[in-house]
Amino acid sequence: MADAPLRIPEADSYIGKSPVRPQARRLLDGRGSFTDDVRLPRMLHVAFLRSPHAHARIVSLDAAAARGLPGVVRVVTGKDLAGVCAGWVGTLAHFQGMKSAMQHPLARGRATWQGEPVAAVVAETRALAEDGVARLAVEWAPLPVVIDAETALDPATPVIHPDLGDNLAFSLELASGDAARAFAEADHVVRDTFWMGRHTGVTLEPRSIVAAFDPSERRLTVYHSFQAPNMMQDVLARHLGLPESHVRVICPDVGGSFGIKVHIYPDEMATCAISVLLGRPVKFVADRLESFQSDIHARDHRVTAELALRRDGTMLGMRVDDLTGIGPYSVYPRTSAVEGNQTVRLTPGVYRFRDYAARLRVVFQNKTPMCQYRAVGHPIAFAVMEAMVDRAARELGLDPVEVRRRNYVTADMYPCTSQTGYFFERLSHEECLDKLLALSDYRARCAERDRLRAEGVYRGLGLCAFIELTTPGPAFYGVGGARISSQDGCTLKLEPGGGVTCTTGVTEQGQGTDAMLAQVVATAVGVPMEQVRVLTGDTLVSPYGGGTWASRGAGIGGEAALQSGKALKGNILRVAGAMLSCEPDDLDLRRGKIVDAVTGEVRLDLAELGRVAYFRPDTLPKDFQSELTVTRHYVPRHQGFAFTNGIQLAHVEVDTGTGFVRLLGHWAVEDCGRIINPRLVDEQLRGAIVQGIGAALYEHCVYDDAGQLLTGTMADYLVPMAAEMPDIVVGHVETPTAYAEGGFKGAGEAGTAGAPGAVLNAVNDALAPLGARVTRQPITPEVVLRALGALP
Amino acid sequence: MKPAPFAYCRPATLADALDTLARHADARILAGGQSLMPALNMRLAQPGVLVDINRLPGLDGIHAGPEGLVIGALARHEAVLRSPLVVRHAPLIAQAMPHVAHLALRTRGTVGGSLALADPAAELPACAVALDAVLRVARRGGERAVPAAAFFRGIYTTALEPGEILTAVVVPPPAPGWRDRFGELARRHGDYALVAVAARCRLEGGRVAESRLVLAGVGLTPVRARRGEAALAGRPLDSAVIAEAGRALAAEIDPPSDVHASAALRRHLARVLAERTLATLATERG
Amino acid sequence: MDVRPETEMAITLTVNGVAVRRRVEARRTLVDFLREDLELTGSHVGCEHGVCGACTVKVDGALARGCLTLAVQCDGSRVETIEGVTASGELDDLKTAFAETNGLQCGFCTPAMLLTADVLLRDDPGLDADGIRRGLSGNYCRCTGYHAIVEAVLAAARLRREARRG
Repeated sequence: MADAPLRIPEADSYIGKSPVRPQARRLLDGRGSFTDDVRLPRMLHVAFLRSPHAHARIVSLDAAAARGLPGVVRVVTGKDLAGVCAGWVGTLAHFQGMKSAMQHPLARGRATWQGEPVAAVVAETRALAEDGVARLAVEWAPLPVVIDAETALDPATPVIHPDLGDNLAFSLELASGDAARAFAEADHVVRDTFWMGRHTGVTLEPRSIVAAFDPSERRLTVYHSFQAPNMMQDVLARHLGLPESHVRVICPDVGGSFGIKVHIYPDEMATCAISVLLGRPVKFVADRLESFQSDIHARDHRVTAELALRRDGTMLGMRVDDLTGIGPYSVYPRTSAVEGNQTVRLTPGVYRFRDYAARLRVVFQNKTPMCQYRAVGHPIAFAVMEAMVDRAARELGLDPVEVRRRNYVTADMYPCTSQTGYFFERLSHEECLDKLLALSDYRARCAERDRLRAEGVYRGLGLCAFIELTTPGPAFYGVGGARISSQDGCTLKLEPGGGVTCTTGVTEQGQGTDAMLAQVVATAVGVPMEQVRVLTGDTLVSPYGGGTWASRGAGIGGEAALQSGKALKGNILRVAGAMLSCEPDDLDLRRGKIVDAVTGEVRLDLAELGRVAYFRPDTLPKDFQSELTVTRHYVPRHQGFAFTNGIQLAHVEVDTGTGFVRLLGHWAVEDCGRIINPRLVDEQLRGAIVQGIGAALYEHCVYDDAGQLLTGTMADYLVPMAAEMPDIVVGHVETPTAYAEGGFKGAGEAGTAGAPGAVLNAVNDALAPLGARVTRQPITPEVVLRALGALP
Repeated sequence: MKPAPFAYCRPATLADALDTLARHADARILAGGQSLMPALNMRLAQPGVLVDINRLPGLDGIHAGPEGLVIGALARHEAVLRSPLVVRHAPLIAQAMPHVAHLALRTRGTVGGSLALADPAAELPACAVALDAVLRVARRGGERAVPAAAFFRGIYTTALEPGEILTAVVVPPPAPGWRDRFGELARRHGDYALVAVAARCRLEGGRVAESRLVLAGVGLTPVRARRGEAALAGRPLDSAVIAEAGRALAAEIDPPSDVHASAALRRHLARVLAERTLATLATERG
Repeated sequence: MDVRPETEMAITLTVNGVAVRRRVEARRTLVDFLREDLELTGSHVGCEHGVCGACTVKVDGALARGCLTLAVQCDGSRVETIEGVTASGELDDLKTAFAETNGLQCGFCTPAMLLTADVLLRDDPGLDADGIRRGLSGNYCRCTGYHAIVEAVLAAARLRREARRG
């Protein structure tokens, strides 16, 4: 009975419903507890001296004046941490040939990016720590900088880490079918080069950590604004030389992360090491200037693509060359190769042509390190692919919708494997397209666009179809040697009063893990959702798990919760059977009441069952043991990823006089499998879409020739604000995965995956009658006007 | 980012404020603080003393008199935005104010602060120059008046001497026939302008008798586009004339390049914005 | 009169209706004072440049950026934070609307967003979606994309108008 598939009457099921999030009230009342809200006795604050140079030798550092400042407790350099924290190298075995240099919490001898932490001042307050940093006297000897990915591999370019031999972090060549033959046979070839601007996450809550080392027991407790507490626990234990069981990582409320907070940062490692050194709690909160310089950056790519087609729009083959310039180190432990790897592997995935060749080169630069950020690689892959599709359609005089339809992987082809080895269980491209066209009244908008062109108003409509990899299995990181868990667990405990406490290894950063899991658990167990309490983010309390990344919460955490809920229900009914002297199969648990399975008559209240099980087991049969705490784990084994798919449409108006792009509307239809809470999914899509719009139009980490970051403040780096953003209409198709009982897939990144491509295509659609085209992001007024030939 | 340490005082009278400034060479005036505080937080500014002038009496009024519209230096941006007197006597400023930052900043930021900061991309300095405003400056032992055109000397540089405090900006009553229009291009609502135009024309018999075309964001100070104005002089405000003024204006300015916009972009945007602003101005009733 | 600048001073102010007296460094910002000295952690620090809006509170009845205001400037002033309006319940209609549209995710921008939205609606009860978007354009949210926030404020505006009519 516990092993049978879940059969819950619709009225008792929370799946597919949108109750308000349990956490909402607390956050609305201002009772969120974020890492900077954590205060511990004798806590100190750390501020960092960061390299002002992109590349420089540290000739000397005089800390005497800083040490003499009242309130400054210690000045720490790389040498001081050498015996405390071991360095790390950000490579994984399954990226063959990948190389990177060892990185330390504080730079030793040489800084290789502007913003790299070089020394730390620990003081009674953050302000005093900054006063101390201001008193550090450092002599720098600037070194030549590598800041152009295009020339990073030239023989004349200095090698950042001479021991590595060159500035190549990783390279890859993919070949499927026979691309050369496809191009030889083509009626038409489109070729373009795309420049995708480097940008970053700008989480509103900056990176924050409080490390508290207790020297009496050699135990480290860390409060961390982070996505993957078990990963951090593992890294800290290994690099600080502590037993794993002596490290506890607690993630309080997290004010946005989006992948920024799932990587290992030298300043956070330094903070923990300093706590070990001093035996006192130490807090580090990155201020906004530090965030721009030292949060991981992402998406700095130059992609050249060629698409071969027949005259009727059938795609025959494609070639892609992706050059991406990361920082001077590959980031630990997930590596900075993943973004490029995903870019070249995802690009052709929506379409059925088989002939595909791709080359990837990931090169080191003296810039802020780069790593996974929401929708890793997807936005670039689909901006490139879909821009090529639209261009081909235009040049061949074909309808862009029909070209997509003609080339989609269609319903009858599943299951199948993509050109680059991704397994697709079942996707719904055609359904999503049809739904999107209806939802957006696409044809009518095209007609309106055409009409307005005659009046000199240039509007554009841009489609972007995409797939999204979610709920990854162990092949993603584990096989490469990373101690990153792809499995996850859910523990459910029935409280004596009838409540259900749920602890889980997936975490919360605002996406609504609390609601999503409460809904699954309430449904599977058979209690009202209000009786379920979800706790996340404490390695001491939660089952061992992976946290949040690659949209795994619903597909993996939700499935573990479902199985755990079924098991708990089974155990509850066994107790009820023992109490009522009947077969557990004759009973059911619905809305918190034990009922007759056939008649629905209420037999027992859950609180009564709890009282007896916990306090009066003497009234139960002698050989009966109640088991009202249950744990189930889940890891996806049957497919490497549960792929999802969708399609977006952007509607823009381009002011050809000023180059400004106005967003008139945005639509998205997405298939993330069985939806647990539709409103939460819609809101994930909307937030993710706006992040993608930010990349498409506004956000750019700009460097000068000396490797100085020019967009290092909120005034210079432009994030999307409310006035410029469109209303976003969302629709859904549901193709559950058959490989997990719940059928849930991930949804967190789909919005960002498709939005930049949709906006790019819309702008190009608007500019097409004027013979202009843009292939770079962000699409600033300068980019538009240059495309129009309006600037000298 | 926490400020470097400083000492703070909040004098109760203008005389006390001036005395304090005279006594401390490294003192800065704290008015609204909306520009000074970020600089302090980032340690870009590290004054030894902050002289908080927010409680000085009588400097926050907005009133109309024979000398014109007098806006006290401590008048908050939001008060200016809501003032019917400003709508009536300085419509150019009334049009500019909604572009200034955001509500939470306008409640604290002051007119005097914006003028004394002299950010080349700010709205109020350009308006002041376009309106031939006069800035009243208090110093120990007296007061002086500085015409707006002479007040803005360079980027973040004004005619204010050490120890002086701006007390008011006076907009002289305009002669009949002036039409005002403010225009701005910014990537996001409330941002500093990429370019802004404070345009004014006085028409006589359907022709431009006098004009002011003052631009923000295209130089180190507000830039008065005299050649643009010359192209309009004595002519009707039709599209051909406006286009000529736009070309003249684009040719005469020498905008900077920065991370937000290249010189070429600013030059182009200045022309387009000026033409559109003048076109709108042309359709207004006086 | 001899005005002597001090690096530290005693201030007396009212915070959420309660008189408070503390000794603070002159350089202490209002938001740090609220968070560190008074342990009112509902106001958040996001940028310290005045751009993101997460630190927005009310000083003497008007919205203000807590990171651009010194605590010493608030001597004699009346400060209101999210904790105060939670205690009074005056924003409950807005909070309910935010909860129902899911106009918050991580919650970091939320207290400031609520205080700002409330002031916008008091100033203009008939505010439409465009007006709401412009009015909230000084409050950065990275999670929601703003759509659900605008819906929430519209819903609350409608309720307030109906309440006034009824």
